[in-house]
Amino acid sequence: MTLLAVEDLHVSVPTGDGRLDLVDSVSYAVGEGRVFGIAGESGSGKTVSVLALMGLLPRGASVTGEARFAGDDLIAMRPSRLRKICGREIGLVFQDPMTSFHPMLSVGRQLTEHVRYHYGTSAQDARARAVALLDEVRIPDPEAALDRYPHEFSGGMRQRIAIASALVCEPRLLIADEPTTALDVTVQAGILRLLDRLRRDRALSVILITHDLGVMSAVADDLTVFYGGRIVEDGPAPEVLQAPRHPYTRALLDALPHPELERGSVLRGIPGPAAQPGHWPTGCVFHPRCDHAIEACRTEEPPTIVDGARRFACPVDPFRR
Amino acid sequence: MSALEVNELVVEYERRGRSPVQAVVDATLSVAPGEIVGLVGESGCGKSTLARAAVGLIAPSAGSVVFEGHELAPLGRRARSRHDVRLQMVFQNPYASLNPRRRVGRQIADSLAILGQANRAERSRRVAELLEQVGLSAGAASRFPHEFSGGQRQRIAIARALAADPSVLVLDEPLSSLDASAQAQIANLLVRLARELGLGLLLISHDLGIVRQVADRVCVMYLGEIVESAPTDALWAHPIHPYTEALIRAIPHADGAGFMPEALPGEVPDPARPPQGCRFHPRCPLAFDRCSVEHPPLEEVAAGRLAACWLSGERAAQAAVD
Amino acid sequence: MTTAPTPTPVVAPPVAQRRRRRGPEVLRRPLALIGLAIGLAWFVIAIAAPLIAPYDPLAQEFELFQPPSRDHLFGTDELGRDVFSRVIYGSRLSIPLALLLVALATLLGGVLGALAGYFRSWVDPVVMRCTDLVFAFPAIILAMVVTASLGPNIRNAVLAIVIVAWPAYARVVRGLVLSLGDSEFVQSSRLLGSSSRRALVRDILPNVAGPVVVLATLDLANAILLLAGLSFLGLGAQPPDPEWGSMVAVGTQYFQYWWMGTFPGLAIFSAVIAFNFLGDSLRDWLDPRGASRDRGRGAQTP
Repeated sequence: MTLLAVEDLHVSVPTGDGRLDLVDSVSYAVGEGRVFGIAGESGSGKTVSVLALMGLLPRGASVTGEARFAGDDLIAMRPSRLRKICGREIGLVFQDPMTSFHPMLSVGRQLTEHVRYHYGTSAQDARARAVALLDEVRIPDPEAALDRYPHEFSGGMRQRIAIASALVCEPRLLIADEPTTALDVTVQAGILRLLDRLRRDRALSVILITHDLGVMSAVADDLTVFYGGRIVEDGPAPEVLQAPRHPYTRALLDALPHPELERGSVLRGIPGPAAQPGHWPTGCVFHPRCDHAIEACRTEEPPTIVDGARRFACPVDPFRR
Repeated sequence: MSALEVNELVVEYERRGRSPVQAVVDATLSVAPGEIVGLVGESGCGKSTLARAAVGLIAPSAGSVVFEGHELAPLGRRARSRHDVRLQMVFQNPYASLNPRRRVGRQIADSLAILGQANRAERSRRVAELLEQVGLSAGAASRFPHEFSGGQRQRIAIARALAADPSVLVLDEPLSSLDASAQAQIANLLVRLARELGLGLLLISHDLGIVRQVADRVCVMYLGEIVESAPTDALWAHPIHPYTEALIRAIPHADGAGFMPEALPGEVPDPARPPQGCRFHPRCPLAFDRCSVEHPPLEEVAAGRLAACWLSGERAAQAAVD
Repeated sequence: MTTAPTPTPVVAPPVAQRRRRRGPEVLRRPLALIGLAIGLAWFVIAIAAPLIAPYDPLAQEFELFQPPSRDHLFGTDELGRDVFSRVIYGSRLSIPLALLLVALATLLGGVLGALAGYFRSWVDPVVMRCTDLVFAFPAIILAMVVTASLGPNIRNAVLAIVIVAWPAYARVVRGLVLSLGDSEFVQSSRLLGSSSRRALVRDILPNVAGPVVVLATLDLANAILLLAGLSFLGLGAQPPDPEWGSMVAVGTQYFQYWWMGTFPGLAIFSAVIAFNFLGDSLRDWLDPRGASRDRGRGAQTP
């Protein structure tokens, strides 16, 4: 069952020189109860593509395409309706746990405010729900935690509270943008386990945006790889990570240190700078940095090749089995 | 003889109206010429403070830093001595460590000028040489820092440090602000410099994967203390200190096998009020009575391996068997 | 992307987006252009005053209280002098004096602030208490007191305003030097062997120049106003100097002869506006150039 189906998404923003394309022809589908991973480096458009669906881009941004969430098109929706849906059906967690919270309001106030606004719950019930949620995300002594302030908690704790806050209205979809990037590795492990457990316990769908392929490997069911504002590869996460078909995915994986590599051996970086909006190469966005590029890659936009559950945009297909 | 030695270093911070906080406690490590030593740990463990003290940016409260046989004087009002200038540092943020208003070539040439390389032509030649050594074109010298990407700026920072003809480089999280590809390339550069120039490197990082790839030896820090120190392969294959083991188990693997990293229960305690006895004991799965009472010293438990744990004897023996 | 069962190349026109090179943004803003135009105009007028002014500003030869006419564009004043010529010559007083004043305040405040911020120890508290002392008084009151006690003339007025203006620069420069002193590129410079002094001059001060220039440009407007104010009160320029402020002062006594005060007042207004526009545009130009360039780069491969 598909919970969110994005079709032909284009995003551009106005600049002094005219419009700048940030996302080009992106289509994907998030299944119910699945963790959908969106990977890519900075400038690839991964975060923008999701913010566009939520109506969180600055004024003047142009978003076209279709994004069907449980039957309704988020892009065509009236802003007031979109806000309601975002508040109730979709939860958001961002990278920096410090700035997600109002520093002068207690945690309890911030958690209960949300649900009281959307559902008119009584203060008592809202508080009970908040305590239950804090317990679910494993905050010790949740009753006392409600009366404390965000700065009194560590980064990892704050991120847990942010997740609780995103879940307070019982959403069907949780969007997490680089939720563990700012955290230490042991703390990150805790958050990943939490996300995994929540997903199973609540049959929650999760869109997980991160550049860290190790994190993807741990929790993602499906993996989509962004580069230069478009999708270069997608498919089931284990398959994409074990047997990538697009040269960019392969190159990303090769740049990572991993246990089998002999220590002191050379890591393979990707030559050249990552494509940035406004400077996308012609033809295939990745061709200037690609080891397998042919003449056609320079002039023609690559078609999407479908192979079972896998899709990738590379006609050369150098890693075909 | 080691190029850089840190001996029982203590760095204390004063706080107004409250007891001082010890950011680094009795830290001892050494870097031999041509050796790459990785210093890893999580936020708040004191590794950055240790790095800064090792270079002289912070004056230690106790203990000493010995560079090439001489005790290092912390940075004061006067210019650093010729001797000490051969101990250089590369910072985490390539955007902040370069002066935005001066051309790259000028900044690299600074050390040459200070070291007395009076001839302008000589300086230009050397700057071009250094730029090429770090993988940039000589033409980069006439441009400004903002014209370069993060990875390139980090290379410039390294070139500038190399201009001082250092024998030891201390690098404080040099890869953290870079993307995966730039990280790989800078890591390669660092290894090459250590091998080709015989530079000792002290590499501080929270990214254990990269450290494992690059370092000859790894020191692990927790709450201001070095808890383990061992050659990289041995550390990875058989970590002796339970914290090291927890760290290794928490690293995700990008192999698509669905490996879920293991979390460490509890939180890092407030450095101002460290636990009694072993600082790690409240979170340690193997803690027993002695751990909460007596503080284990960092001592040699096997050839070339140091650990601060009351169980190191048994764990080292187990490692030898495996 | 099109979905196809077999790979069929899609021939699409190459998507090439290139951004044009652009000149300094300051030239694209209408406010900056206006400010620049007016500022330059006054500059030229000040230099070419003898050529532009039809009459001697001090000559009391004409009919008193004449309204603006072809012979006397701005009319004549209570002593039969041509107001137009006086306004023209007034630029030779206000503009250069304001520039001199701001330069002195910047120098004095900047040096003290830099020393306070870099060397701290006892220098910092002493300098800061001095700035506190000056800030405790409203600017115009303090300037009045100083001028009155030293003797009301234009030279003392300038001195008084410098005394009133330097602390703001000291504060700004001190703050900048303090934050830059801890920055990593200064630390790198020290590690590479430069002395404190060299680091201050080579690394810190060039980065301080930007904000200080902006502050100074905006302050020019204040300087003109303060100078005019003091002259208005009789504490600055003395008769018969054609200083704009004193001309406005006299004009208020002869309200019915509106041209006597209005035109000098407009001159002050135009100069102040010009410097404000310039200062604002300078600030916007210096700020986003540094900030947005860095933000745009992000983490890239070398």
